[in-house]
Amino acid sequence: MTKNRIFWAVAAPVAAILNSLLFIYIILKIRGVDPLSMFSLMISYGFDPRNLVSELNQTIAYYLAGVAAAIGFKMLLFNIGIDGQYRMGAFFGAVVGGAVALPPVLHVLLIVITAMIAGGLWAAIAGYLKVRRGVNEVISNIMLNFIAAAVISYLLLPSMLGTLPEGSQTAQTFPIPASGQMPTIKAFDGEIYSFLFVAIFVGIAYWVMLNKTVFGFNLKATGLSFRAARASGVNAPRMIFVTTVLSGAIAGLVGIGTLLSDTHKYSMAFPAGYAFTGLALALLGRNHPVGIFFAAFLWSFLERSAPVLEFEGVPPEIVIVMQGTIVLSIVIAYEVVARINLRQQQRAVGSVSAEAQPIKESN
Amino acid sequence: MDNVLDVVGIEKKYPGVIANRDVALTVKAGSIHAIIGENGAGKSTLMKILYGLIRPDAGHIKAFGKDVELKSPQDAIALGIGMVHQHFKLADNATVLENVILGSEPTRMGFIINFDQARKKLVEIAEHYGLEIDPDESLSNLGVGERQRVEIAKVLFRGAKILILDEPTAVLVPQEVEELFSNLRELVKRGLTVLFISHKLDEVLSIADEITIMRQGATVASRTPKSTNKVELAELMVGGELPKPRAGATKSTGESLISIKNASYMRQDGRQVLNNLSLELKGGEILGLAGVEGNGQSELIELIMGLVKPSGGTVEILGLDATKTLTKDIRNAGVAYIPQDRQRDGLLMSAPLWENRVLGHQFASPMANNAWVNKGEAIEDSKRVVSEFDVRTPGINVLASALSGGNQQKFIVGRELSGSPKVILAAQPTRGVDVGAQAIIWDHLMKARSEGAGILLISADLDELFSLSDRIAVIYSGSIVATLDPNKTTPEQLGLAMTGAKSA
Ligand SMILES: Nc1ncnc2c1ncn2[C@@H]1O[C@H](COP(=O)(O)OP(=O)(O)OP(=O)(O)O)[C@@H](O)[C@H]1O
Ligand SMILES: [Mg+2]
Repeated sequence: MTKNRIFWAVAAPVAAILNSLLFIYIILKIRGVDPLSMFSLMISYGFDPRNLVSELNQTIAYYLAGVAAAIGFKMLLFNIGIDGQYRMGAFFGAVVGGAVALPPVLHVLLIVITAMIAGGLWAAIAGYLKVRRGVNEVISNIMLNFIAAAVISYLLLPSMLGTLPEGSQTAQTFPIPASGQMPTIKAFDGEIYSFLFVAIFVGIAYWVMLNKTVFGFNLKATGLSFRAARASGVNAPRMIFVTTVLSGAIAGLVGIGTLLSDTHKYSMAFPAGYAFTGLALALLGRNHPVGIFFAAFLWSFLERSAPVLEFEGVPPEIVIVMQGTIVLSIVIAYEVVARINLRQQQRAVGSVSAEAQPIKESN
Repeated sequence: MDNVLDVVGIEKKYPGVIANRDVALTVKAGSIHAIIGENGAGKSTLMKILYGLIRPDAGHIKAFGKDVELKSPQDAIALGIGMVHQHFKLADNATVLENVILGSEPTRMGFIINFDQARKKLVEIAEHYGLEIDPDESLSNLGVGERQRVEIAKVLFRGAKILILDEPTAVLVPQEVEELFSNLRELVKRGLTVLFISHKLDEVLSIADEITIMRQGATVASRTPKSTNKVELAELMVGGELPKPRAGATKSTGESLISIKNASYMRQDGRQVLNNLSLELKGGEILGLAGVEGNGQSELIELIMGLVKPSGGTVEILGLDATKTLTKDIRNAGVAYIPQDRQRDGLLMSAPLWENRVLGHQFASPMANNAWVNKGEAIEDSKRVVSEFDVRTPGINVLASALSGGNQQKFIVGRELSGSPKVILAAQPTRGVDVGAQAIIWDHLMKARSEGAGILLISADLDELFSLSDRIAVIYSGSIVATLDPNKTTPEQLGLAMTGAKSA
C-alpha cells in the first residue's frame, strides 16, 4: 500500500524529467551533437566529488527557497517575493553579525534570527496589503522585490551601513568575525556548509507543523476553503497574514548558508532569482519536504554541470531550456498520472465487486 | 408517446464505489419524470452523465431516438438537454438578462452582443412558458425561488427540450415549491420533458407522471403515482421498512442559552439585514426559525457565531458576549454549527473525511491535544460518525468531495453533534438527505434536547419545523415578527406569517 503510494508520488516528477530529457535529446540531435555522450559527460562531471560539494551547498539555498514557496502554496499564496525577503534576511543578518561581538553559538543564533525577522517583516508588508487592503500578493511582492534591491544598495553605501574596502569595487557589509561564522564539513576535497543541518531541520519542522499541529491544520484549512475555515473558528485573515510572514521568514534564511560559511559578508554579488526557482521547486517537489530536496539537488546539479557542455560547443543555456521543460511537463504529468491512478483504482473496485451484489461498503 | 430518452446498461465506478450499474431509464416525451432513491444511490451521477458532465464507463444513451455520445455539456445542450444544478451558478452583480445569455450571447457581426434580440427572445420564452421574470432586475435582489426560475430560463434560452433538475425543491419554501410545480406543468404542456430528483415523496406523488427508483447504483423499479403510494416507494428505495423517529420528551431546563436583544446588522452594501431582532433560546428546547430564505437567517447565525459584529444590540451565548468573543471560543464553549451551505461553510471538499471530522473541533480535546492534532482519535471518531449516521462511503480516507450530497450532510450533522454540545445551531439539517437519514438526524436532535441542549432550528421544511419545534419564531425582513405554538398553528397560518402578513 505505502509502496504503491510512493510509486504514484514519484511517477509524475520522473515522467516530467524524462520528457524534458527527450526534448533536449531531440534538440541536441538536430544540432548534430551526440546527445547520449553529452548526457554522460554531464553526469560524470556533476557527480565528480568536488562538484558534488558545491552542488550540495547550492542545494541548501534552493531548498529553503522551495520550502518558503511551498508554505505559501498551501495557503494558495504565490510568494514571488522570496527574492526580496531573502535579500533582506541576508543583508540584515550580515549587518547585525558584523556589528556585534558575542560568544560563538549565540552570535550565529542572533544572525539566523535576525535574518528570519527581516525576511518575515518584509513579507509582512505584502501580507498586510493583502489581508487589509485586498492587494494581490503577486503584484505587491514584485514591487517589494525591486524596493528591497534598491533599499539595500542604498544602505550598502559606506556612508550608511556598508563599507568599501580598499581595492574593492563593490560595496559590502562589515565582515562577520569568527564567532559569528559557521564551520564547514570537509568532504571530498571540498567544504560543505554546516547550515545544511539547519535546512534539514527546517524541512522536518515544516512537515511536522503541517501534518501534526493545529496551526498547520488551520493553515491547510484556510488554503482549502476560506469560508469553511472561518466557520470552524479559524481567524482566517490572520492566518493568511501569519503564513505570509512565515514564508518570508524561511525565505530570509536562503542566503545565510553562504553568508555564514563562505562570504562572511553581504554584497551585491549575492545572486537574484530565488523566487522563481523556489516556486518551481515547490511545484516539482509537490510541496513535500523530501520532494523539494530532490528537486533542489537536481537544479543545482544541472546548473553546476552545464558549463561542461561548452567544451563540446553546446551552449550551456540548454540547461535552462531543460529546467523550463521540466516545469512545464510536471504540471501535465501530475494531471496524467492522477488520471491513470484513478482508473487503476476503479478497475480494482470493479473486479472486487463484480460478484458481490450489495455495494454498500460500510467501514 | 415517444421516448425522448432511452438509457440502458449505464455503469460508472469510482474508487471503492460503484455509483451506477445496470441503469435503465426510459423517459416519455412531455412527461414529468421523478428519480428517487437513498443518499448515494447514484441519482446525481446519472443526471450528470445525461448532461455530459461525467462520462460513463459503459452503457448506451439514446436521445430523441438516436444513439448519442455525450462528451461534454455542450454536446448535451446541442441535443436539447439542459440541467439546473442544485447549487446555482449565477453572477450576483449582473442582471437577469445578462445571466441568462452569459455563454450563449446572440451577436451582431459576430462580436457585438445583441441585447435587443436577446431581450426579445427571453421575453418570448418567459411568456410562452409562463415564467415570471424581469430581464432587467439585478440578480442580487432575487430570492431563491426567483433565482431558480432564472436558471430554468437560462436552460430554455439554449433551446433545451429536456430539463434536468437536481433536487430543485430542497431549497424552497412550500409556496415556492407550488410556483415551481406550476411552472413545470406549464413546460410539459408545451412539449418539454422534465426530469427531476427529489427526496420528498409527497411532492413526487403529486407532480410526477412517472417515478424511477434507484438503489445502490441501479434502477430497481418504475412506478406511476396511481400505481403506488408513499410506503411502497420508501420500501423500494430502502429495500426494507423505514425507521421512525421516536418522539423525545421536552424538558425545558429554563436556563437561557442564547439571548439576543435588539440586534441590528447592516451589510457592507448598506442593506439593513437585521432589524432590532430579539430572541431567546432555553436549554432543553428546540426553537424553530421559520422564514423565506434571505430574511436575515444567515446573518443571525453569523452573529451568534461571532463571525460578524452587530451594529447595535446585544448577543449573549452561553454567558459569553458574542460581539466580543472569538468564534473558536464560542465553539469551545459548546456550540455546534450545522451550516446551511454545507459545501462552502461546512467541509474541506478536497480533504479526507477524517480531517473534516477535526474541522471546527481543532481547538479542544479530543480532536486536539493542546497544539497537536489527534489523528488517531479523529480517525476513530470518523468511523463512529460514519456508522452511527449511516454515511455511505468506502472509507474515511476518501475526500469529502467523493461523497454524495446527502452523505456529506449526514457526516456534518454527525460531527457537529459529537461531544454533547450545549447549543446547536442547525440550519437546514436535513436538506438533501433521504427519509431514512432524516429520521436518524431528527432522532439525534431530539435526544440532544432531552439531554438539555438548546437547538435553534432553521428550516425551509415546514414539516420539520412542526415535527420538532417547541416554539416557532418567524423571521421576516430581519426581525422576529411572531412566535407561534406549533400545536395551535396551522401550516397555512405559518406560511402567511412568513410572508410578513400581520394577522398571524
Ligand atoms: N467524484 C466522486 N468520486 C468518488 N466517488 C463519488 C464521486 N461522486 C460520487 N461518488 C460516489 O458515487 C455514489 C453515488 O453518488 P451520487 O452523488 O450520484 O448520489 P445521489 O443519489 O445523488 O445521492 P444524494 O441523494 O445524497 O445526493 C456515492 O456513493 C458517492 O460516494
Ligand atoms: Mg445527489
